[in-house]
Amino acid sequence: MKKLITLGLILLAAPVSLFASGAGLHLDKADIDLSNTASLQRGFKYFTNYCYGCHSIGLTRYSRIGEDLGIPKEVLKSEVVFARDEKGEPVKVGSYMKTAMSKSYGDEAFGKAPPDLSVTARARGADWIYTYLRSFYLDPSRPLGVNNTAFDNVGMPHVLWELQGWQILKKGDEHGEAHGGADELVLVSPGTVPPVQYDQIVRDITNFLTYLAEPVREKRLQTGVFVMLFLFIFFVAAYFLKKEYWKDVH
Amino acid sequence: MSTAADIEQTDQAGSTEKVDLKKRRFLVATTSVIGAAGAAAMAVPFLTSFSPSERARAAGAPVEADLTKVQPGQLLRVEWRGKPVWIVRRTEEMLKLLPENDSRLRDPNSEVESQQPPYAKNKHRSIKPEYLILVGICTHLGCSPTYRPELAPADLGENWNGGWYCPCHGSRFDLAGRVFQNVPAPTNLVVPPHYYLSESKVLIGEEKKEA
Amino acid sequence: MNKVLAWVDQRLPIIKPLEEHLTKYYAPKNFNFWYYFGSLAMLVLVIQIVSGIFLTMHYKPDAATAFASVEYIMREVPGGWFIRYMHSTGASAFFIVIYLHMFRGLIYGSYKTPRELIWIFGMFIYLALMAEAFMGYLLPWGQMSYWGAQVIVNLFGAIPGIGPDLAVWVRGDFVVSDATLNRFFALHVIAVPLALIGLILLHIMALHQVGSNNPDGVEIKKLKDENGNPVDGIPFHPYYTVKDVMGVAVFLIFFFAILFFAPEGGGYFIEHANFVPANPLQTPEHIAPVWYFTPFYTVLRAVPDPFLGVLAMGAAVVILFFLPWIDRNPIKSWRYRSKLHTFSILYFVAAFIWLGYLGIEPVTEFNSEMGLRLTEVYFAFFVVMWFSSKKRSAATSLIVFAVVMGLIVAWDLMRVGSLNPSMVWPALAVPGVYLVVTLLFPIFTNWDAEKEVPQRVTG
Repeated sequence: MKKLITLGLILLAAPVSLFASGAGLHLDKADIDLSNTASLQRGFKYFTNYCYGCHSIGLTRYSRIGEDLGIPKEVLKSEVVFARDEKGEPVKVGSYMKTAMSKSYGDEAFGKAPPDLSVTARARGADWIYTYLRSFYLDPSRPLGVNNTAFDNVGMPHVLWELQGWQILKKGDEHGEAHGGADELVLVSPGTVPPVQYDQIVRDITNFLTYLAEPVREKRLQTGVFVMLFLFIFFVAAYFLKKEYWKDVH
Repeated sequence: MSTAADIEQTDQAGSTEKVDLKKRRFLVATTSVIGAAGAAAMAVPFLTSFSPSERARAAGAPVEADLTKVQPGQLLRVEWRGKPVWIVRRTEEMLKLLPENDSRLRDPNSEVESQQPPYAKNKHRSIKPEYLILVGICTHLGCSPTYRPELAPADLGENWNGGWYCPCHGSRFDLAGRVFQNVPAPTNLVVPPHYYLSESKVLIGEEKKEA
Repeated sequence: MNKVLAWVDQRLPIIKPLEEHLTKYYAPKNFNFWYYFGSLAMLVLVIQIVSGIFLTMHYKPDAATAFASVEYIMREVPGGWFIRYMHSTGASAFFIVIYLHMFRGLIYGSYKTPRELIWIFGMFIYLALMAEAFMGYLLPWGQMSYWGAQVIVNLFGAIPGIGPDLAVWVRGDFVVSDATLNRFFALHVIAVPLALIGLILLHIMALHQVGSNNPDGVEIKKLKDENGNPVDGIPFHPYYTVKDVMGVAVFLIFFFAILFFAPEGGGYFIEHANFVPANPLQTPEHIAPVWYFTPFYTVLRAVPDPFLGVLAMGAAVVILFFLPWIDRNPIKSWRYRSKLHTFSILYFVAAFIWLGYLGIEPVTEFNSEMGLRLTEVYFAFFVVMWFSSKKRSAATSLIVFAVVMGLIVAWDLMRVGSLNPSMVWPALAVPGVYLVVTLLFPIFTNWDAEKEVPQRVTG
């Protein structure tokens, strides 16, 4: 019995600890809270204002997000649901959230059409998104004039520049950390909001995208607690049953 | 504890010991009940996965129809939950001829509750007399009847005041969607839930919410 | 109720098979922890079949819609996320259970006479399971699905002569494409499961023909009481049914803990890159097969020549089929075999796990060196097992040691030119220590001494 539990724990722990090591890029902790509905709603608002012009979240419907985030249908209709589908018909509240930008236009304008962001948070992780959106810097060598420390030679413009302002990359010197000189992003021209507030905005967007990547997450965790309790009771019953019968054998 | 339920049993070593059958029965029952409850709970997501998904529900969302598109005497088809819904703009004459059919109908006064919402349980089976809104599916076996607004055509007989004729099994309905006697269809055509958003816009598939 | 049962029983065998396989199937009474995994494998099979059937009701085997249809199941089908996670967690759980089940067979000698056929059917089940898992992994049509399939199918291409044509034939296209997806879907949901169920039936029939082995390796059928029942046996039902129910409860606690709290299994059960739709024009930065294939994948990478690599990988699997004839020692359980035998098994298992770990790591100079060294241990294990099955003289031990070490060193001398010698030579210790201990220690220690096998089971 003891062995069984130990083995199970090892099996559970192994993949987690293996995952912890890896990836060279330093990521800032996003520190998001999926149960914070206000943050998710703000994140959704920022997303529709700043991202949705180019990026689809085409695996999800307006109405589903409305239900999950507690946004009434009327508000969705008046504030968010404006797009038109391929036939030029206005989309409905129950439609998938596909951006108005066509793939061919995206390919032409950015070299590669902006990807659908429905499950990006599961591919990249929340910390990466949080870091990425805070790591744009001016780089005249790039076609759009910006680059990103989390995504080298990124094809996306810094759409949040009005909020954040502009950063430059101060290269650490050759000897790096010996002089305390790792690469550093420095804000050279402030935006409309102070950095602390900008981080919160990015956190809200990250929170929303993380929710979006797995809308059932909260439900999954809640259900899991009940299932664990139930199985524990089942185990206790099964344990005594086994013990009772095995009296015959020992 | 020694009760009548105890029996003696010889184990492998040859020594005898008491087996508490009551306790065993209790433990077997407890474990089985918990196990069965668990299995039943497990079955829930599997069974619910058969019910309409969000895609099906989104496709079944209420549809808006623009009444200005319908000319008098004409029929407009819209799709709701994958089914045809008819919007007929009836003329004065059409409405006038409706009561003539009453004696030949199975349910002239729309007594069968399930076939229309309360607000369409009237002579003309609609909110506004002019506009009739029906689910275009025969109540017999689900074919979609043909719109036959003309008076007394050769194939439908002299008494025909306009209505629908189902090509599958010959059911007949008048211009209020009411079923005639002696045809296979048992009930009147269904009036779907609907309400007017404005003078010229109707929303099909949803009741008006009580404000 | 009894009348109905009797009526049916006259017309259809019910009671007799039930007795044969449950109430009067006598199993040794000393089964321990390792004996849960057979019935747990059956449980996982049921989980996979049931959840799989429900997934096919919503999944679309079409390159244009497959990825979205999986997310459709996760988001829009009522209860769909639970069913999908059940299937994805079940896939990894299946291999965990099967690997532990195989380890049990290895340490207690369950493959030996008269159970060779059970082992061989078991190996076929393992092969079918790998095929099943590989084809199933393509279905979500993510980047890992796509490139994983691309790499593995291209292995066929390494076969001289017919290789490239064969790879095209398997894919039905010049790259992995819609045609590949569609046929993998058909094989995954119908063909392989049918074969699996047939093989499992054979596996169990063969088992019940000869009876179960046990941790002592004692044949319980040899000693029977006055009723003709094995003295050391107990009826499977109720004793092992209640014990297995308890095992199932523990297993389900771990299974559902992963399903509900870590369904991605830290990125090993569902890989992160698989949340990016398949893109035939762009390979992900780092691709690794799913964890249960990685030991063999490392063997493949350890050999520089593509065709020889495929051969080595194939041999690593195929050699397991011959275990009953490689290990000719009549003692079954490692309890009564020598200390060196235990050492050999543990060294082998450690090498296997490390090989698996290397398979998910990126290729570095150190990793490929270790991959090769562990591959050498992997194959040396079977040589040692064959050789140490009998008592050997010091001279033959020395000769075999010299031959095996000589082959390894000869290979090292051939390849060391292009490599860093300060890494190659110390790494020689990995197979070196293993061979010195298992082949040379018997000459001057008594660690190869075996214990007497008892007549009755212990404990």
